[in-house]
Amino acid sequence: MSAENQIERHTLSVLVDNEAGVLARVIGLFSGRGYNIDSLTVAEVDEQEHMSRITIVTLGTPPIIEQIKAQLGRLVPVHRVVDLTVECDSVERELALVKVTGKGDARVEALRMSEAFRARVVDATPDSFVFEITGNTEKIDAFIGLMKPLGLREVSRTGAAAISRGPEAM
Amino acid sequence: MDKQLNGAQIVLQSLQDHGVEHIFGYPGGAVLPIYDEIFQQESIEHILVRHEQGATHAAEGYARSTGKCGVVLVTSGPGATNAVTGLTDALMDSIPMVCITGQVPTHLIGGDAFQEADTVGITRPCTKHNYLVKDVNDLARILHEAFQVATTGRPGPVVVDIPKDIQFALGPYMKPKAVKHKSYQPQIKGDMAAIKQAVELIANAKKPVFYTGGGIINSGPQASQLLRELVQLTGFPITSTLMGLGSYPSADKQWLGMLGMHGTYEANLAMHDCDVMINIGARFDDRITGTLEKFSPNSKKIHVDIDPSSINKNVMVDVAIVGDCAHVLEDMLRVYKSDAVTPDKKALANWWSEIEGWRDRKCLAYKKDAKAIKPQYAVERLYELTKDADTYITTEVGQHQMWAAQYYRFEDPNRWMTSGGLGTMGYGIPAAVGVQVAHPKSLVIDIAGEASVQMTMQEISTAVQYRLPIKIFILNNEYMGMVRQWQELLHGGRYSSSYSEALPDFVKLAEAYGATGIRAETPAELDDAIKRMVDTPGPVIFDCIVTKDENCFPMIPSGAAHNEMLLADSEGLDIEVSDAGKALV
Repeated sequence: MSAENQIERHTLSVLVDNEAGVLARVIGLFSGRGYNIDSLTVAEVDEQEHMSRITIVTLGTPPIIEQIKAQLGRLVPVHRVVDLTVECDSVERELALVKVTGKGDARVEALRMSEAFRARVVDATPDSFVFEITGNTEKIDAFIGLMKPLGLREVSRTGAAAISRGPEAM
Repeated sequence: MDKQLNGAQIVLQSLQDHGVEHIFGYPGGAVLPIYDEIFQQESIEHILVRHEQGATHAAEGYARSTGKCGVVLVTSGPGATNAVTGLTDALMDSIPMVCITGQVPTHLIGGDAFQEADTVGITRPCTKHNYLVKDVNDLARILHEAFQVATTGRPGPVVVDIPKDIQFALGPYMKPKAVKHKSYQPQIKGDMAAIKQAVELIANAKKPVFYTGGGIINSGPQASQLLRELVQLTGFPITSTLMGLGSYPSADKQWLGMLGMHGTYEANLAMHDCDVMINIGARFDDRITGTLEKFSPNSKKIHVDIDPSSINKNVMVDVAIVGDCAHVLEDMLRVYKSDAVTPDKKALANWWSEIEGWRDRKCLAYKKDAKAIKPQYAVERLYELTKDADTYITTEVGQHQMWAAQYYRFEDPNRWMTSGGLGTMGYGIPAAVGVQVAHPKSLVIDIAGEASVQMTMQEISTAVQYRLPIKIFILNNEYMGMVRQWQELLHGGRYSSSYSEALPDFVKLAEAYGATGIRAETPAELDDAIKRMVDTPGPVIFDCIVTKDENCFPMIPSGAAHNEMLLADSEGLDIEVSDAGKALV
């Protein structure tokens, strides 16, 4: 398989005007053109300028990733598109809330594991925990994997948020 | 302190400030305040269509024949949904259009009110941008932005959805120049380093070809002029897409004719065998490339396009230049001249003699018929009898459209209006209405098919109402001809639902509308009938009865390459189309 056909995972940061429908525009672009969204997070980051930052993790071959960036770039409310995977070093974090139920050894093991992963207990009952865990996607995947045999009940994940390392801003 | 106007007045004021003279529309409950303002002024003429789709195509014809922005006004709900086809058409063919839609009052939005539709939701993927105006204080800015977005960069349709209460509310008005968009800034000038690289490729080319498209037309008549200068300076052959016809004069010896699925033999073979391809304002559409794996395998490719997302979308190119065609051509010419480039004359002479060999194949030749009118012959005669007039041509979609592209010849830009990207049957009559509104003294002809023309036939009533003397020249073969041709080619000649049964008598239909009907059934009477059509002062429906089973050639079958064309005198139609090819459209 040549490099051109290799599926890659890219994290894109998109700075947009926080106006009605802007998220629908971005999502519609992905569904309409058949691109993948692995995860997507969005929130206003500059109240004064009404700007939001969308972080999209997407999968595609290098030409497709280039198309995705060009297509995003031509949406009218989009100010900038940065490919954090290739344009700079970046930090990526995701938060997950993980509900685990059980008693006895499994419950003790779940709590022990959560400490090893630096997860926090944000809710507890005699039969359940809700853990809050932050990290990159792989770490969260690993934690969830470990919780499966220990009574994993439900998961809520934010999707990745990412930012470049160093003093430069996008 | 800005002047305070109500929303409907802001709409009219904004249209005036953008130089709008004509709008195409249809009233309804949610736009009545705007219609009331239209009633009370005289600078903008409203053309009442018979269906909102007609308004959008009329605006497209108007825009494409003038270079100005087309403006549409429709009501909420069905008014907006009926406009969707034309909006999509304008998006695909990069036509500048502002479409104002009425909306139910703000407090009713979301409550499934009468004639409510989520217009911005529905039109989001079929517009360049759209707006729902929720505050009258934003209205003027949004309208000015809408014109800016529609007309600059790669042009396209913009919808402004205005709830009825906003049309009554008082708000400020500021002039267009007070508005500057924060994020939208299309790139106009091309990168000089890339332009120099392109000129270097051009300088060293042995078998070059210019491949140009609608971008030249959109860039304005100056782009056409600059293109002519560059092409003539280099001595290179030039071909064009359907959308680009007229940007280079077809009478010139360097013109190879249209390329693509129904392009000429010489144009497609030149594309296949070239060593340097200079794409200016075209987008490597699938009608052009045929199968991508076999597309022009040995060429270096230069691509000039104002839309960065067109670059490397379908075809990977060697030199990409993002910018407006006219600006880039100007810079290219300057570099070409200052570098004192001299093309390789000997190589070019060899290339031209190869091309002449392909030209000698006479791919557009067809068997004449003494008794029946061949559709190609009809278009040829129409061309001969109208070429000296100030003529504009629109078309519907199908075989007749391809014959028009092949046998009608264009010397200037903005003379040819057709639905290329979306392929919208029913485009031609309303587009002709729009063209005629813009050019009341010119000869405007819709070259049509009897099936397409029935999709928007009601717009003949618009033409009659506004005394627009459009000529609808129907190549009547009693078939959806292109569907029939594909069924012959790919589906064993099983003509499933492609026969035009229960056709109206088009002559009587014309008369019923208050237009003139003319019919021609034999070659002998054709010329006189065409002359009568041209001389008739009002709208005409011309029913040209043509042979029924004619196929449109040359043709690149689905899944084939440029050098695997079918010609009219190829051995029958028994070619093998691969299953992958059959799956293509």
